[in-house]
Amino acid sequence: MFDESVIKTIFGRLTWESFPVHEPILLVTFIVVMTLGLGIVAAVTKYKLWGFLWREWFTSVDHKKIGIMYMILGIIMLLRGFADALMMRAQQAIAFGASEGYLNSHHYDQIFSAHGTIMIFFVAIPLIVGLVNYVMPLQIGARDVAFPFLNNLSFWLTVAGALLVMVSLFVGEFSRGGWLNYVPVTNLQNSPDTGPDYYLWALQIAGVGTTLSAINMVTTIIKMRAPGMSMMKMPIFTWTALCSNVLAIAIFPVLTGAFALLMLDRYVGTNFFTNDLGGNPMMYWNLVWIWGHPEVYVLVLPVFGIYSEITSTFTGKRLFGYSSMVYATVVITILSYLVWLHHFFTMGSGASVNSFFGIATMVISIPTGAKIFNWLFTMYRGEIRYELPMMWVVAFMLTFVVGGMTGVLLAVPPADFVLHNSLFLVAHFHNVIIGGVVFGLFAGMDYWFPKAFGFRLDRFWGKVTFWGWVIGYWVAWTPIYIVGLMGTTRRVNHFDDPSLQIWFVIAAIGAVIILIGILAFVIQIAVSIINRDKLRDTTGDPWNGRTLEWSTSSPPPAYNFAFTPQVHDLDAWYDMKDRGAERPVKGFLPVHMPRNTGAGVILSGLAMVLGFAMVWYIWWLAALSAGALLIGGIIHTFNYNRDYHIPADEVAEQEDARTKLLAAGA
Amino acid sequence: MSAETVPDTTFFVTEEEHHDAGGATLLGFWIYLMSDALIFATLFATYGVLSGSFAGGPSPREIFELPLVALNTAILLVSSITYGFAMIAMQEGKLGGTKAWLAITGLLGAAFVGIELYEFSTLIHEGATPQTSAFLSAFFTLVATHGLHVSFGILWLVVMLVQLSQRGLHPENQRRLMCLSMFWHFLDVVWIGVFTFVYLLGVL
Amino acid sequence: MSHATHAAAPHGSRRTYLIGFLLSVVLTAGPFWLVINHVFDPQTTALAIIVAAVVQILVHTVCFLHVNTSSEGGWTLLAYAFTAVLVLIVIIGSLWIMYHLNSNMMPMMGSGMDAQP
Repeated sequence: MFDESVIKTIFGRLTWESFPVHEPILLVTFIVVMTLGLGIVAAVTKYKLWGFLWREWFTSVDHKKIGIMYMILGIIMLLRGFADALMMRAQQAIAFGASEGYLNSHHYDQIFSAHGTIMIFFVAIPLIVGLVNYVMPLQIGARDVAFPFLNNLSFWLTVAGALLVMVSLFVGEFSRGGWLNYVPVTNLQNSPDTGPDYYLWALQIAGVGTTLSAINMVTTIIKMRAPGMSMMKMPIFTWTALCSNVLAIAIFPVLTGAFALLMLDRYVGTNFFTNDLGGNPMMYWNLVWIWGHPEVYVLVLPVFGIYSEITSTFTGKRLFGYSSMVYATVVITILSYLVWLHHFFTMGSGASVNSFFGIATMVISIPTGAKIFNWLFTMYRGEIRYELPMMWVVAFMLTFVVGGMTGVLLAVPPADFVLHNSLFLVAHFHNVIIGGVVFGLFAGMDYWFPKAFGFRLDRFWGKVTFWGWVIGYWVAWTPIYIVGLMGTTRRVNHFDDPSLQIWFVIAAIGAVIILIGILAFVIQIAVSIINRDKLRDTTGDPWNGRTLEWSTSSPPPAYNFAFTPQVHDLDAWYDMKDRGAERPVKGFLPVHMPRNTGAGVILSGLAMVLGFAMVWYIWWLAALSAGALLIGGIIHTFNYNRDYHIPADEVAEQEDARTKLLAAGA
Repeated sequence: MSAETVPDTTFFVTEEEHHDAGGATLLGFWIYLMSDALIFATLFATYGVLSGSFAGGPSPREIFELPLVALNTAILLVSSITYGFAMIAMQEGKLGGTKAWLAITGLLGAAFVGIELYEFSTLIHEGATPQTSAFLSAFFTLVATHGLHVSFGILWLVVMLVQLSQRGLHPENQRRLMCLSMFWHFLDVVWIGVFTFVYLLGVL
Repeated sequence: MSHATHAAAPHGSRRTYLIGFLLSVVLTAGPFWLVINHVFDPQTTALAIIVAAVVQILVHTVCFLHVNTSSEGGWTLLAYAFTAVLVLIVIIGSLWIMYHLNSNMMPMMGSGMDAQP
């Protein structure tokens, strides 16, 4: 007979009841996910692609491949996060008066928590990191990042975190504490379930990945720029990537610290954020928002860089006010660390504290405003080509300015006392994140896709995506602004006042229009792959670009540049074209490159097992995986053979192929 | 910009170049240390906010034993200079000297951790556990996080000793020793904050 | 490769290590002596040991961590200064905010929130 305590030792608190088989929505989702997953596994097995994927992708330390994998992760998680959004919109559109809707508050709370968590940590961050990873080394004329293995490890740690969040859908529960897992909801006494633990472990693992990646990117930018590229000749996207990653290094440790303290509260019984024995829940809010506000700038700064590159390219002009753009970016980086309290003006720190943070917040809008004017002046009297990326830029400027202004409104403490935790606030941050970050990511994907794959994205479906998102955004969020201004609060799954229902119905329609945009994006990629020969670009420079990434072939060879470019001008590639730089066609040398390694996948897998074991109190497995993680890390340091040379004739072969292509195109 | 001077028409570096990967590692590691400093800043801030929340439990004056802390501080300080001697031996290319000084540093580190564990166990026996009050939670977490870092440093030292025995003063090993040097001295700096703000100001 | 690593790396001489060690012995022993023997009143002592700590941190930074204006083209120093500012913002900001919060929301509790039921 199996003793109950033996089972508890083996499985921790994992029981049959942990699997939500009695929830029809989850069961159907589970079946769909499993079918899709098994289908993919079967297909990969059938075409014998496992070896290829392992050798060429999973273990790759090539920044370009890692960048693409980040993008794929972000897009997959976008689908999950958006499914959550649709469920919330549907619930709020029908749950009025006598109708309870189809989600009780227990589930609704998990859905909005998961939506926010996923959209920020596993959609926005991977997409930004992916673009920076892919583009930045090419822009600075480097062959890879400073720490290629670390880059691979960072990616897989992020995947491990994402997987833990996904597992929480089918095994146990997710947090009900909002996207930052707020205490006191997530204190052990209020949430003894697995939800907050899933959240904490997923984000700690992914957070380590993000921090390491940021350290890597900053070191790369400082150390590996092509000769001649002084700081003030760095492309603006690289500048914004630098500031964004510096900021990430500055804030993620604070989040890690805050989460670690909450973990101690939940696992060890300490009293940091408890309601008794001297604990102070508001200290948690203080710490997570020291991370939280700069985080939006971590996301939006690189996107400002994307808009700058695109505006300059598609107006055929040098960026207006490059140096003011750089200074504005640096100023935002520093100021963003001084505004966090505006997320809890109502906490009661009083007039002096609130005034300081309110004013600091308003000051940030000045450099941001300067950027908008720079883009407008770049466009002024330019020959604007309304290709897809440029369309996103225009939509961004019109949408983002509204979000910026509601933000300044919320920065006024007395106004915030009225609007705190209202749907007005929710509409504000969706306005800046969708109108700023998401539009910019689509612009960036449309812009750099031909560089990564050698063919453009389909224009028609790109336009459908564009209009779906832009119209959908306005239809979905304008009504939310209105009900928010009238005082409707956030995180509510049922309303009593039937006069509000019409607004939520309109918002739901908006969400469906955004869905059209998202589906059109998936179709756009599929159609472009099918029509790739028609959309092919053999020059490597489809948009008449200005920065170094356009000087190499599309897709670039593993070594990026056969010869490192020598930079003389801010728009280095434009300068090279302008002065008729000849691409060397012979005399190639062997290229020194880092070797692929499976250590990143293995260590991240162990980290995920550790997280899962800790969530379920399976102590033996946790100890085992933690030990394996430590030993695995040490073993990895005994590998001194981490690089190799691509032979000169292999380089010559690839470069000759490009020479032929260029000659055929000319 | 460059139009004013004689235009330079070299657009490609066509000669073999040497990447100084070691330099990137040292800077990257330094930046990691800066991020670690912010973790400690978070813990110090939390300790500062909660340092008066005794919840009926003991206050710093009742539980801190300054002579023990002074001893521990001295040990860590000496380990700092012994690590410095290891680095000097490394620069002079003396493998034996490097290893000997590293071993001494590791032993001093182990003594530090040992004394800290002794202090913790005494406190817990007296009933001053991390669960007693927010002040004690913050105290134990801050000091133990530093202690964990030191323990990790000792583990790293041991691994380095093995790798030095295997490969000698390989450039890669030298680079790692320089990183560990920064790590070790960084922990010293954190400890200055701990003994000043936690122990000394606590018993004032 | 090996000498390149050497040249780029900041390293100290036996002399800088010894100077650093002697200074930090004084700067450590001093505060302990002040506190154990109650030489001054608490406020003066607090001020003195905080000043000693700041000076000692700088000594360690220069003598042991070899931070100077030229290492890594000044990036080490820039990163260090930037981090110092952030550390101060996090600590002082949190203390300021939480102190005002406690004095506004729980004025009867005095300095802290001790003795909560």
